[in-house]
Amino acid sequence: MATSTEPGTQPPHPRTATGTGTGVRHPSRAAIATRHLRTDRWWLAPAATAAGLLAFIVYSTWRAFANADYYAAPYVSPFYSPCLAENCAPMRSGPNWEILGSWWGLSPALIILVFPLGFRLTCYYYRKAYYRGFWASPPACAVAEPHTSYTGETRFPLILQNMHRYFFYAALPVAGILTYDTVLAFRDEHYAWGHLGLGSLIFLVNTTLIWAYTLSCHSCRHIVGGRLRHFSRHPVRYRLWGWAGKLNGRHMQLAWASLISVAVTDFYVYLVASGAFDDPRFF
Amino acid sequence: MSGYDARFRVWRGDTGGGELKDYAVEVNDGEVVLDIIHRIQATQAGDLAVRWNCKAGKCGSCSAEINGRPRLLCMTRMSVFDRLETITVTPLRAFPVVRDLVTDVTFNYAKAREVPAFVPPEGVRAGDYRMQQVDVERSQEFRKCIECFLCQDTCHVVRDHEENKASFAGPRFLMRVAELDMHPLDAAARSGLDRKTAALEEHGLGYCNITKCCTEVCPENIRITDNALIPLKERAADRAYDPLVWLGNKIGRRRGGT
Amino acid sequence: MTELERQQWDVVVVGAGGAGLRAAIEARERGARTAVICKSLFGKAHTVMAEGGIAASMGNVNSRDGWQVHFRDTMRGGKFLNQWRMAELHAKEAPDRVWELETWGALFDRTPDGRISQRNFGGHEYPRLAHVGDRTGLELIRTLQQKIVALQQEDFRETGDYEARLKVFQECTVTRVLKDGERVSGTFCYERESGRFFVLEAPAVVIATGGIGKSFKVTSNSWEYTGDGHALALLAGAPLLNMEFVQFHPTGMVWPPSVKGILVTESVRGDGGVLRNSEGKRFMFDYVPDVFKEKYAQSEEEGDRWYEDPDRNRRPPELLPRDEVARAINTEVKAGRGSPHGGVFLDVSTRMPADAIRRRLPSMYHQFKELADVDITAEAMEVGPTCHYVMGGIAVESDSASVLAVPGLYAAGEVAGGMHGSNRLGGNSLSDLLVFGRRAGQHAAAYAAGLTALPLVDGEQIDAAAAEALRPFSAKGPRDGSAAENPYTLHQELQQTMNDLVGIVRRAPEMAQALEKLAGLRVRAGRAAVEGHRQFNPGWHLSLDLRNMLLVSECVARAALERTESRGGHTREDCPAMERSWRPVNLLCRLAGGTDRTEPGPAAQADPLSGRIELVRKSTEPIRPDLLALFEKDELVKYLAEEELYE
Repeated sequence: MATSTEPGTQPPHPRTATGTGTGVRHPSRAAIATRHLRTDRWWLAPAATAAGLLAFIVYSTWRAFANADYYAAPYVSPFYSPCLAENCAPMRSGPNWEILGSWWGLSPALIILVFPLGFRLTCYYYRKAYYRGFWASPPACAVAEPHTSYTGETRFPLILQNMHRYFFYAALPVAGILTYDTVLAFRDEHYAWGHLGLGSLIFLVNTTLIWAYTLSCHSCRHIVGGRLRHFSRHPVRYRLWGWAGKLNGRHMQLAWASLISVAVTDFYVYLVASGAFDDPRFF
Repeated sequence: MSGYDARFRVWRGDTGGGELKDYAVEVNDGEVVLDIIHRIQATQAGDLAVRWNCKAGKCGSCSAEINGRPRLLCMTRMSVFDRLETITVTPLRAFPVVRDLVTDVTFNYAKAREVPAFVPPEGVRAGDYRMQQVDVERSQEFRKCIECFLCQDTCHVVRDHEENKASFAGPRFLMRVAELDMHPLDAAARSGLDRKTAALEEHGLGYCNITKCCTEVCPENIRITDNALIPLKERAADRAYDPLVWLGNKIGRRRGGT
Repeated sequence: MTELERQQWDVVVVGAGGAGLRAAIEARERGARTAVICKSLFGKAHTVMAEGGIAASMGNVNSRDGWQVHFRDTMRGGKFLNQWRMAELHAKEAPDRVWELETWGALFDRTPDGRISQRNFGGHEYPRLAHVGDRTGLELIRTLQQKIVALQQEDFRETGDYEARLKVFQECTVTRVLKDGERVSGTFCYERESGRFFVLEAPAVVIATGGIGKSFKVTSNSWEYTGDGHALALLAGAPLLNMEFVQFHPTGMVWPPSVKGILVTESVRGDGGVLRNSEGKRFMFDYVPDVFKEKYAQSEEEGDRWYEDPDRNRRPPELLPRDEVARAINTEVKAGRGSPHGGVFLDVSTRMPADAIRRRLPSMYHQFKELADVDITAEAMEVGPTCHYVMGGIAVESDSASVLAVPGLYAAGEVAGGMHGSNRLGGNSLSDLLVFGRRAGQHAAAYAAGLTALPLVDGEQIDAAAAEALRPFSAKGPRDGSAAENPYTLHQELQQTMNDLVGIVRRAPEMAQALEKLAGLRVRAGRAAVEGHRQFNPGWHLSLDLRNMLLVSECVARAALERTESRGGHTREDCPAMERSWRPVNLLCRLAGGTDRTEPGPAAQADPLSGRIELVRKSTEPIRPDLLALFEKDELVKYLAEEELYE
């Protein structure tokens, strides 16, 4: 047998050394020094995501702690609704129920914001967005991440992401209350019905987007039908699952659209409440 | 459009090391990257190792990374590149390299063996299986998988962390678990196997942080994350993290399955 | 003697497509320790490319279907040259083989009452093809693959070793079947990854290597289809049957050039697609041959009504057997009525709503979109004939799939001849794989278990096989004044030769010329040289495959030259009629000048044109009377030879 054809006896051509690290530089992998060979602008999407989320965090933190300019009859900022402390601005037949009593001294927004915040924090889309954008795990597909170890969502605290469905349950009444607020936005500043201002329209759009985002949630899709094994035995739930699936296909877009709309709505209320802008009335 | 010469950089080497080698090679109208690799093979490097088979995007053999992105060589048209661009082709970087563009994909076959097979329903003879189209469609989507293993390659859980390979099945085989769990006649539960719990405990579902790279690379456009992995996470949550559902199942079990 | 690894198995299955895997499952379930060896990765076999479906007369969509109808269609499709006992077994057993797949987890498309849905296909009287969209082959291979894994899991639970009783050697190639006297004793193999040689010792070997399409330039076949099994059997002393019958699928892609030949499934026509020439005419109405006149629609209106009401209308001629459609397209293109890139138009866009096309033909939609930038929901496809399947193959005994003249050797699937006669119907391939794959596995296991003395592997044969396999490395550089040959160049010339000279329409002088060219190529192939070393070296692999392609190509050309008629997949321009006198004639190819040499014998070396293959004519077995009785006398008159009719 010709020895020169035996495997592995070929003189090596000039080559880079094999890796010593883990991941793509593990010694078993093809010896390529760079952590990725992508030539497109792969960093753009995570950077934009991070910037967008950061902007919202800064804005919402300021507004949540401001404890001012969140009510201009008939409009209540979605950040402050429902208002569950005694220190709320009075809103006639609005969603202010003094459940927590007078001991609460901080901004009343903080009480209720926990729920939508938790819903979005554990949302499957936002998880992807901040794992990629903030944590670079991974920064983009086929771009090596900077961490030496990874356990994903197998341990505390990230194992708590599995609580998403409870936040979904909580998000339903919150969306209900925002709907109620939107109905009330068709009263005028003297609480008389038959009003339509720019604010009413903004509220309408925001509520629609909030509902669409909430119902497009993966947990919702699972609960209404996804968990079934035989759709054919549950035709109604199959249809609901189909609708949830259609919305779910746009979950990312709805997540961003509703995030922006909720901020815009709040900002509109702020403008009106602080007197910087006068709500234009159509009738 | 007429032919032109393209600049290619192809990784040549083996377990001992290697490098990106430059080739200038002719490109004709309508060609795909695999055509160019074959031309390099036929005219400049007879021993350039590449795995391929059907050249029609149906078998999933010619997986590699083109300009750093996991792709099928046979389904990447040359027309998507600029003529002046240098096109870099490397083997899959999540698996041990064998030679040139060929990697050792044993990991995937080992994981395939760890997913318990379909359990036929007792007392139903061959020929008597009845299933409704709406009930098989979800699993059918996953069975479109051509096992190109691009999702396994791009998934950072194993791509960036060799040590996770032991405990993580990867998107392709978590999707297989989902496929069986959604199969209308799978009788695993009756044989004492809970696929939902197994997904968490045996196949490492918790490692997935749903960053969707598997979906992005899938040449069959299977919505792996939205239709397989997340529903599987939700099903696992039913078992492990949802006392209400657990209670409901305790009561509901008497009425039989859903 | 060469030192190499030897392993002992009961049954070795060469090839891991549908037939090979089904054989392996059966052999293992019947207690044989079984090894499967395949050139590609496990699960990548050419079977994945089958699109349309599995033909089985389950009668789920039209309850009038039954095995007799299926048998009749198969015989008609094959122009009565089929090994009738195979066609009978196939028609009877196909439904069980399909149903069995469901118990292994397969998910076919369903009828409204929950049974397996069946679709129409060319040559089949009723909707008969069990399918999953247009990716049925993938479902088949995956189901069998997963069944193998299930058996391995079973073995793991019992023995702690997944591969105790069933092992897949993936990316390995068999270059020789070893023999002890007349009997099979094992296989000589190499591992592609390392280039390492090894021997599997086994008393029974099942060949299931598929077809020969890679000898043709325009083909729907993958690189694996180099006729390995055909050549292995020939070299082991077995005859090949009716190799002249090569099916050209009527609809392959024609543009862009790099994808020329890729299959466009027949389901496109089964679901309503129509063929038009450059004048916009549905030309197939002009090409219905006499034997099929009563069975096909005479007008477009009737053809269109058939999709809705098949009981009171006849099917459109687009659904004629493949040989008829391929010839018609060829004629249209030659007459100057072709499409811009040399095909004809296949149109579904005006026949079905866009979303129905995307649902029923997803991979076709995908394939044209990705590879040709054509949206098939909006415009017509351009299609032309492509080499698709070889009806000829290893001559086998119908019931047991055992190869004639070589005890211990079995063959199933495309590599086996006889089942499809002169032309295969769409959908009959996948069912063939299952029916005869199972039978081959069953009989191979029984044969292995029944032996009292195991055959011995001969060291000299191993040495010879090793030397043969290594020759491309020593052929480097000029030898006796002639330059080394590039195997890729030789392969391209071979493909061009077969395509141009032994293609869809054949002429005697061209085939003689082909034989001459093949002889020249064979001499040059002896000088094929490769660079580099044995680790995953595709140049070396191709050099070894060239031997097989050249042998098989010679069989095709010789048999085609011999058969002076046109029938099914064999069309002679100089002998355009189907001759009833040829009906009972089988052409067998054998290796001339002994089986253990790879070089031609001394006589042949002196005159390379004499070739390596000799042809033998053999009469077919008379068709059993009860099967003949399934046909109308009028119809039989068109096919059978005079003397057969009188019997």
